[in-house]
Amino acid sequence: MGIQTLIWQVTKKAFTGGIIGLTISDRFCSVVPVRGDSMFPTFNPQRDSYLDDYVLVDKFCLKDYKFARGDVVVFSSPTHYRERYIKRIVGMPGEWISSTEDVIRVPEGHCWVEGDNKASSLDSRTFGPIPLGLIGGRVTRVVWPPQRLSKIGG
Amino acid sequence: MRWLRYLNQWRGTAKEALEQVSIVAKFLCLIHVTDRYIISSTHVQGPSMLPTLNLTGDVILAEHLSHRFGKIGLGDIVLVRSPTDPTRMVTKRILGLEGHRLSFSADPLVGDGSVSVVVPKGHVWIQGDNLYASTDSRNFGPVPYSLIEGKALLRVWPPRFFGSLR
Repeated sequence: MGIQTLIWQVTKKAFTGGIIGLTISDRFCSVVPVRGDSMFPTFNPQRDSYLDDYVLVDKFCLKDYKFARGDVVVFSSPTHYRERYIKRIVGMPGEWISSTEDVIRVPEGHCWVEGDNKASSLDSRTFGPIPLGLIGGRVTRVVWPPQRLSKIGG
Repeated sequence: MRWLRYLNQWRGTAKEALEQVSIVAKFLCLIHVTDRYIISSTHVQGPSMLPTLNLTGDVILAEHLSHRFGKIGLGDIVLVRSPTDPTRMVTKRILGLEGHRLSFSADPLVGDGSVSVVVPKGHVWIQGDNLYASTDSRNFGPVPYSLIEGKALLRVWPPRFFGSLR
């Protein structure tokens, strides 16, 4: 009898904690790891993969989808809906982006994202402008490793 | 010595208040999780889904589980975040999944001028049931699957139209 109530208590606490954590992660901020070097040197400046940067993603910006050129954002991939990328916004709706051959206008409700490391980045130069609705948050700080604690400006 | 007693009373009340606040906070979190991840009600209005949905507005129940498991199919009515305005949600029907070839009339009022497209990987083609009054994939192209946020389950208001949507 005692072990049953113990399990029930633990389950209740875990469930409550999970729900609270999910709400905070959806509405306030969350911490995500940065994989790959498409944002070198902003993130993952060393090539050892066990020292991946962890960044703080702010979710308040999702209330009105107010972004600006220069923001580093997390967004769902337009081609693989389960994957998420971290890139920088370099073009807001209405702006013109010059790619290899021509000049492209960013449509209404979309943005042009590019990685800081142009040599090794899968971004809008491949899949075109992405709808702002795909964005899942703005990166504000690096929180791990401790020696790289910093604010991402712009 | 009296102020010590007041302090103790205050501590008791403060603890009780904190407990009540935490109950309310937990409840709000539960509402958020249910609304975002399980089921929610939405007020939809506009002519683009006539005759399936009314012009003057219906309240429908939408579930948010199917799209997370990839179980969105042809003919489903889905809630999609608008690709032209991310603060708005639109309700449309899925008429094409990735890889499908579709042909549609560029301007239904004129009649001819048929256009054929293939839906790219990771995208879906959404259209309103009312072809004459709907801004959908015929205008802004196929939308990424991730923009889908829910699938309509049934209509709950107005009461005489209560029931599942077809």
